[in-house]
Order: sequence, then C-alpha cells, then structure tokens
Amino acid sequence: MSASAEPTSVDPRRNGSVPADTGTVRADTLRPHAEHAFADELAALAAQDDRPRPARWRLSPWAVATYLLGGTLPDGTVVTPKYVGPRRVVEVAVTTLATDRALLLLGVPGTAKTWVSEHLAAAVSGDSTLLVQGTAGTPEEAIRYGWNYARLLAHGPSRDALVPSPVMRAMAEGRTARVEELTRIPADVQDSLITILSEKTLPIPELGQEVQAVRGFNLIATANDRDRGVNELSSALRRRFNTVVLPLPESPEAEVDIVTRRVEQIGRSLDLPAVPDGVDEIRRVVTVFRELRDGVTADGRTKLKSPSGTLSTAEAISVVMGGLALAAHFGDGVLRAGDVAAGVLGAVVRDPAADRVVWQEYLETVVRERDGWSDFYRACREAGA
Amino acid sequence: MNGGQAGDAGQPLLLGVRHHGPGSARAVRAALEASRPRVVLVEGPPEADPLVPLAASEDMRPPVALLAHAVDEPGRSAFWPLAAFSPEWVALRWALEHGVPARFIDLPAAHTLAWERDEEDEEDTDEQDGDGGDKDGEEGGTDAGAGEQDAPGEDVRVDPLGVLAGTAGYDDAERWWEDVVEHRGAGKGDALAPFTALEEAMTALRETYGSGGYRRDLIREAHMRLRIRDARREFGDGVAVVCGAWHVPALRRRTGVTADRALLKGLPKVKTDVTWVPWTHRRLSRAGGYGAGIASPGWYAHLFAAPDRPVERWLTKVAGLLRAEDRTVSPGHVIEAVRLAETLAALRGRPLPGLGEATDAVRAVMCEGSDVPLALVRDRLVVGDVLGEVPDTVPAVPLQRDLERTQRRLRLGPEAAERELDLDLREDTGAERSRLLHRLRLLGIDWGRPAASRPGTGTFRETWRLRWEPELAVRTAEAGVWGTTVLAAATAKAEADAVTARVLADVTALAEHCLLAALPDALPVVMRVLADRAALDSDVAHLAQALPALVRSLRYGDVRGTDTAALAEVAVGLAERVFVGLPPACAGLDADAAEEMRGHVDAVHGALGLLADVPAARDGRLRARWRAVLRTLSARDTVPGVLRGRAVRLLLDEGELAQDEAARLMGLVLSPGTPPADAAGWIEGFVGGSGGGLLLVHDERLFGLVDRWLTAVPAEAFTDVLPLLRRTFSAYEPGVRRTLGELVRRGPGRRDRTDRAAAGAPGFGPGVDETRADAVSPVLRLLLGPDGDAGTREERVEVRR
Repeated sequence: MSASAEPTSVDPRRNGSVPADTGTVRADTLRPHAEHAFADELAALAAQDDRPRPARWRLSPWAVATYLLGGTLPDGTVVTPKYVGPRRVVEVAVTTLATDRALLLLGVPGTAKTWVSEHLAAAVSGDSTLLVQGTAGTPEEAIRYGWNYARLLAHGPSRDALVPSPVMRAMAEGRTARVEELTRIPADVQDSLITILSEKTLPIPELGQEVQAVRGFNLIATANDRDRGVNELSSALRRRFNTVVLPLPESPEAEVDIVTRRVEQIGRSLDLPAVPDGVDEIRRVVTVFRELRDGVTADGRTKLKSPSGTLSTAEAISVVMGGLALAAHFGDGVLRAGDVAAGVLGAVVRDPAADRVVWQEYLETVVRERDGWSDFYRACREAGA
Repeated sequence: MNGGQAGDAGQPLLLGVRHHGPGSARAVRAALEASRPRVVLVEGPPEADPLVPLAASEDMRPPVALLAHAVDEPGRSAFWPLAAFSPEWVALRWALEHGVPARFIDLPAAHTLAWERDEEDEEDTDEQDGDGGDKDGEEGGTDAGAGEQDAPGEDVRVDPLGVLAGTAGYDDAERWWEDVVEHRGAGKGDALAPFTALEEAMTALRETYGSGGYRRDLIREAHMRLRIRDARREFGDGVAVVCGAWHVPALRRRTGVTADRALLKGLPKVKTDVTWVPWTHRRLSRAGGYGAGIASPGWYAHLFAAPDRPVERWLTKVAGLLRAEDRTVSPGHVIEAVRLAETLAALRGRPLPGLGEATDAVRAVMCEGSDVPLALVRDRLVVGDVLGEVPDTVPAVPLQRDLERTQRRLRLGPEAAERELDLDLREDTGAERSRLLHRLRLLGIDWGRPAASRPGTGTFRETWRLRWEPELAVRTAEAGVWGTTVLAAATAKAEADAVTARVLADVTALAEHCLLAALPDALPVVMRVLADRAALDSDVAHLAQALPALVRSLRYGDVRGTDTAALAEVAVGLAERVFVGLPPACAGLDADAAEEMRGHVDAVHGALGLLADVPAARDGRLRARWRAVLRTLSARDTVPGVLRGRAVRLLLDEGELAQDEAARLMGLVLSPGTPPADAAGWIEGFVGGSGGGLLLVHDERLFGLVDRWLTAVPAEAFTDVLPLLRRTFSAYEPGVRRTLGELVRRGPGRRDRTDRAAAGAPGFGPGVDETRADAVSPVLRLLLGPDGDAGTREERVEVRR
C-alpha cells in the first residue's frame, strides 16, 4: 500500500540517496525534468557563480534568481527567463528559501506555480524530483514514511524495511522537497508537516529513532488560493510558511498570447481543425475574464462586481477550446461569439443567484454599450435565457 | 570648496539637502551641532521671517506648512510644507533652541506669486503649487530618463537625482537616494562629509546641465546669494545655509553683486500675506500637492524618529497594527519578517533593507501573500494619519479673508441673532447667497441651516435660518486646510468626503449638495465615486434609495442651469443596476422586508417618472425595461404578495396591463389556492397603504375593478375573502371608508339606501338608524354650539377625527 501511494517517479531511486543522474535521461522522454532540460544553463551558472552559497545549495541565491528571471552571464552565456512576471516574486521566493523558511506559492490555476517550484528546486538542489503530489487521498505515508511489508514481516522493523517519503529523503540529504496542491491534502495529513517544518525532525517511533534534517533542507508547497472545496491550511501550518502569491498575467496582450499559444498546442494534440481568425474572439473572452476578475473595465472607467469563480487564464483556455470544438464540429469552422458564449456563461456563473446578477449587470451596463460587441451581447443573452 | 570649510574665511556653511529627507535632516542637525553657526538661513519665503518664532511654540506640531497668498486674491497661493523630518524644520528648531536667528532667503513669495499670474500658461503646475518643491529632491520622478539627454538645453528639465542614480547604476532615483543618504543613519565621523560628497556630485551636474531647465532658479539663486551676503556682513562667517542640494553649487559660485541685482530687477510683485497652516502626512504624500510629494511620509517619519534598528522597529509597528485589526501576528512572524527583509536587501545588493524590502517581507510573512492587509499598512503607517497643529496666534488664513470679502459682496454680514432669509434662486444675488451657504455647510461651517420653504413655492425658492456663532470662526480656520477660497475649499472637501463616504446614500446626498453649492469641479470625482459605489453595492435597497435623490439632483441642476449630463448618465446606470438586481432581491422576503421593498419599488417608479423629463436619459428604453421588471415581479410566485400586487397596480397605472387582465390576476390571487396571508398582502399592495384608499375613492377605474371582482365572488367564498379585505380596508382612515361606502351605495343601479354599506366603520350597523341618531343629536348640538347643525352620523365621524 505504501509503495503504491508513493509517486512512481521517485520509486526507482527510493533506496539510494544518489541524486538524479543526468546520464540516464532518455532522448525521447516526454517531459524531461527542469534540471535536465536546462542542465547547460545550470552548469554555466554554477561555474561562474562566485557569491556565497548556503549549505548544500548548488547555486548562490543571486544565481538562482538569475536562473529564473533570465540574464546574460559574464562569459556571454544567455540564461533564458523561466518566469515572466514581477521580479519581486522571484526575489522573495529565493530569499525565503535562503532564510530557511518553507515557501508557499499561491495562485489561481495557470499562474505557473508548479513551474516555478520545479525550477526553484532544480536550481537550489539540482533535483526537482522529491515531489509529493497532493490529492484528496494523499496518506500520511507520502509525507512521512511507509513500510515495505514483505521485509517488515520477514525481518521485523528496521531501517531497511522503512520506505522513506520524498520529504524524508530531502531532510536526510539536505535537499528541497516539493509538495504540490497542498490544500487538496486532508487536513490531518497536512499537519504532519508541522513537526517537520518547526522541529526539522521526523521521529520514527516504531524504531525509537528519528531523521533530523540536515542543512540545505527546505520545502516548497503550491496551492490554489481561490479554489473551492479545499482543505484550508491550519493556522499552525500557515505560520511556518512564507507566502508568495503568483499574480495573473499583467497585460491583456500577455494573457491573449498565453491563451492563443495553449489553445494551438491543445488543438494540435486533439487534432482539431485549425480555426482561422479566432484571435478576435479569444481577445474578447480574455477581456471579459480580465474585466470581471479585476472588477473594473479595461478602460479603467467603470467598476464591476466580481463573480465568485476564479476566472483564471486556465479557464479562459478551456472556454476557447470548447468554443473551437463547437465551431469545428457543429459550426462553420469559424470561431464566433455564439460558440464561446455558453462557455463564458458557465465559467462566470458559478453561484446561480449572486453570479447571475453580476453577469447580467455586466451584460447590460458594459457589453451592450460596447462598439462591435453586439453579436457577443446577443449570443450571451440567448445563452442566458 | 565644500561645507567642511565653514570655518574658513569667506565661506558660509552650505548644507545641501533633499526636502523631506530624514537622512538629510539628521545630517543637518549633526552639522549644525558641530559647527555652531551664528545665523541659520533656510530656503523659503522671506516674508515668513516674522513667523519663525512661532515654530518654537508649544502648540506648533508638524507637519505644518507655510502658506503665502496674494492679499487680493486668496486663491493665488503657495505652500511650503514642513514635516518633523524636514531638514528645514530641523534647522529652524535648532536655531530657535539655541537662540540663533533663523531667516528665509528664497525669492519673496510676492514675486513667485506674481510670476504665476503672469505666466500661468508658460510654466506648469509645480510653480502654481508653490515653489517650495525643489528640483533636487522630491521631483525625483518627474523627468526620469533625463540623464539620457546628451544635449542639455535651457528648456530640458533635468531630474538631478535621476541622473545621479542612473550614473550609479540605479534605475530608481528614490531607491538610490535612500541607499546613499537616508539609510546611512546618524553619521559617525565627519558631520559634514555627506554634504561635501553631495555638493561635489551636484557641482558636476550643474556644470553639465546649467540650470537644468529651471530658468527661475537662476533668479532665485541670485536672491539667495544676496541674502547670504547680507547675513555675512552682519554675522561674519558663522553663517549656515540649508537649501536644496541642487542650489549649493550656484550659491557657492562667486558672482558680482551687481549682476545678481540686475537679475532681480523689475520682477513683478503682488501684495502677499504669509501664515502657518496645519498640514497632514496624507497631503505630504499627495503627488502634485507641491513638487511631486513624497510617497512614504510615515516611513520617513519613522526613519527619523527611530533611534536605532529602524527595520526591526518598523516591522514591530506593522505587527502591532495588524494585531489591532485582529490578524494573528506573533513575535515569531516579526523575527521571520526581519530575516526575510535583510536577506532580500542582500540579494538586491542594498546596504540596508528599505521600505520595499520591509513591505515584501510583511506581505510574505504576515499577510499570507495578500495585498489587502498590506493596503491597510500603506494607508496607516507608510503614509500615516499624522495631523499637524498650529497655535491660535498665527495670522488669519486666506479662507477667512475670502469669506469676509464674499460676505461683503453679497451684503450678507454675520450676525449673532438668528434670522430667517428667503432666497429667490432666479435672481443672481439669491443664487449666489444660496451657493455660499451651501458651500459653507459642506465645510462644516453651519452659519445657515436650511429651513422648510413655504409650501408651494417650488424649487426656485430657499429659506435659510442664519446665525453666526463665535466658534464658526474657529471652524473657518480649521477649514483653511482645504483651500484658500470658499469655492476651492468646498470643492476639495467634497472630493475628500466622496472618497471616504461609507454608504452609497451619502455619496448621492453629496452629489445633490455639490449641485446646490455649484461645485462643478468636484462633481466628476463625486460622480466617479458614485458610479463605483453603485457598481460594487450589491444591496438593491441601497441603489433604490440612492436613485430618487439623484433624480432630484438632476431636476435641481436643471433649475440652476448646471450641466447635468454626467449626473444623468450615472442615474441611468443606477436604474439599470436596480432593474437587474430587483427581481432576485424580491424573492423570499419576510413581511417587514417586503413592506420596505415596496417602498423602494414605489420610490424607483416615482424617480423614473421624473427621469422622463431629463432629455439625456434614454427614457423610452428605460421605461420599457422597468415595465418588464414589474411584469417579472408580478408573475413570480416567490415574490411576496404585497410586491406582486404593487407591481400589478403600477403596470395598470402605466396602461401596460388591461383591466380584465388585472381583474384576472386579482381573482387568481384571492382564490382558495392562495395562502390567506399572501392574498391579503396582494390586496394590500394593490390598493393599500397610505393614500391607497383615497386613490380608490377618486380612481373610478380602480374602484370599478375592485367592485366588479368583489361582486363576482360567490356567496359561499365571500366569508373566506372577507377577513383578507378587512385587513386592508380597515386601515383606511374613517372618512375614506365612509366615502367608499357612499360610492358603493351610489354605484350604478344601487339606489337602494338599505343596500349594504360594505365597508362601514367597524362596529357599526349598516345604514343610519334615524331614531337612534335623533336621540343623540340634541347633545351634539349642545357640544358644537348653536350654529352647528350636526346631527347625523357623518358629522359625528368628522368630529371624532
């Protein structure tokens, strides 16, 4: 049971403490780990990094920040930016890890939380694979340790029969552990992190032993901040994290760009016929999402109520995808207002009472008056009727 | 050639500062302590020299501002704000504490104010807002990137700090200054060293850029040089000068007295008065208030006041504030925040954590990444609520002068005795007097209180009750913070009130007030706030309450000839929001809430009727949409009966609903399937409430409808319906009930006097029992006097009323 609960990606190396060996990466891996994909940049950074490094860090905090934000090294090596967004976010995140505090990355879906956490772990520890994926069914074993029952029965309790979790290994080796979707993990399991983060130790009462974290150990967790139905962090646990909120794309152009690119990628993989001239409609969806999310119209002149849904970039992508599928299979192949209207309505109106008022107000006071939006207005009226 | 040579023959001690720089302020104090000058010269208007001793007063508490204004034109004014951490203030206080004379040496305000009048178009706002703002410090943000200008001309304004910061490799001048000067702490070692370094840098800049595009600086500097020369003639070499760092090289330069005099020749002049006024941190922080403002006066005050470990103390302060707001922030949080701020500063290559690092640390550690509590920290601490005070002995503020002038012009002198004033708004004097009184009310100077106008005089008349009480003079002085004329002050106050108003209705009232007081400049702000509030307010009741006042304002505006297009736009927007929100808000209300909502529905209906007169409103469409909303209400079962009845009635009045359709609906709701309470509510909504009975009396159509329905009720069902009807009809006034009875009796084909007087007064039998009435009539005649021929029951009812 314990073995199956562990993420399979770390399974092969669970008994060894050898870090990931870059030599074993296959060329046709669907998605290589960050430390493999950007091995050259990390090596170049490490070679030219003359600033002090905290214990067991592969790079100094300055170099980690450069790795994430991009830049040009003294020898001319170009480091690609991994995170496009406010510099402050990365600086605070790196500093948090350097001050030996656990880092909690918050944000709505589609704000690159996992991406940032993976690259931070890769840059700091050279290993982004010490990962616990949080789900509603994540057991305590995934955070503490489990047992190899065959061994346990055959030889009795011993360290050999113990199956360490990624967190436990990170503690023992002084590396960075990652917990994805922390708020999806049941509250009692979440709280097993408290001892680890405050005492920096993991007792094993069955053996009368404990694993003490060595310097360099730290933990990066990610969570959705506006997701519904999750397990709110206990205040005891919250206190042990420094929180960084990853913001949504700053400019509408950036967001339209992200949506268009993702839609193309997904569309290709689903073999949807390419839809020409969809950008206008995408821009419209993004505008609606941004305006309702920010509670103010794009021209900054009218305030709006915000609905209860998150209206994240990820949702905009799924609305456009749905619209594309409609247009391709049932429409004339051109993405039109009618194809996205129902999707937009579904994304905005999560709470039938309150959100409907918000949406209708938006329709009547903003959309109706807007030049060139009459088709969208009509389509939304029809969809909402 | 630097400040260190103060003791050298022929060299005054020139202390170049950044206005409102706490680091500069500390350095100035240290330098003054070290060199002990015999006179302190400060950049500022020389007219204020007699006011300097007031700075030592017990009751004088910074932030305060020197205010210079043209005597004949109080609106023309300039401010020189001084906070506790301003170097100029520190220098003044040092001089006063050590019994050393302090003088202002800048160009007299008489000239700067006159300039402003002559060249209003030529120079932009920073002149107009007072020249206290200097080019060396707080205008750091105005011309960012000026450093890239490689051909400096007279008309290119230079941002000196921007250039220096750019040279040092900083992209943010503010941050550079903080790193280099403010965060240095109290200087150990040579107290004059920082000034020397800064002067060298500025000298290099001035060599490249000349006056940097600030042409008037040359004239001001000439004046300062002359004043310094005067002071040295009087006091010898013990002269210290505190001025913007930008001016230091120019003051150091040796120029001929004649050349300087020539520059100052023929400057325009106005008669000027100077006084101290209280100031606030918020106004210090306001960009454009003068110069560019400083973004974080609270933080600077903290840096200046904190004896040591400023970041630790700051974060402890923040923790205290957040705790007071019921957030759990432990000392552990503070420790972690300090560590984060320090490491962050190291990562960013700064010598010490600044406000940026502290803020990032607070956000990550104490606020769980959220910006919401952070806004509170910014508002309360980074900017701060500090309000300055000035002693009572300061000269009168210009607002007072303006008020006196206006009072004279309108022949409306202040009198202690109360009197009533009737104003005809169609006359110019009447309109102006009304405006003045309304403006004063906005400023909290309740000289006049509006009294109820005589009935029937319409909207062009106003009645006021005037009484001037001594404390109103104090109020006027207080209101001086808002501006120098009644108009400007009222406008500023209205804008500030709008922003801080708590509920929507307050903003609407304010909009109304703005129109009454004729403050067109405040109206855009108020309207914007109003639109924003309306957009965010999810309580339909609030919106419905706000609408009538707004529509009323529109009509007032028409009477007074104000442009009300913006107002109409907001009113229409408000109506739209009411339309959208009303149906869901009417569902599932209890009796009291339903009754309240009926009031709102009526108010909106009435307001829309008035809105029809306003051409800007898209009237036709609005009315149509309102009818659609009423239809929705009337047909929805979850809506309480009283509201459905009301909606049907309003639709009927609008001619939107045919009579037989209304009758059908009435029958439907009063049929056995409907719960009695709901049915009673419906009737109540349909014809009930105050005035409902009278309407029934006068509106034959309505009366016929009820009558026809009633007579169609089968006899066996009648007893079930009767209690419901009684509930409504018994609430009518007795006279109304009687008249209704009469009407029923006189109805077509009902000549028979013994027919049931359906709604007779409760407790009385049908018709009049003549014999018994005759028995009481002599007594009644006695009671009512000889002329009274009252003897019938009708009169008796009248008497009882």
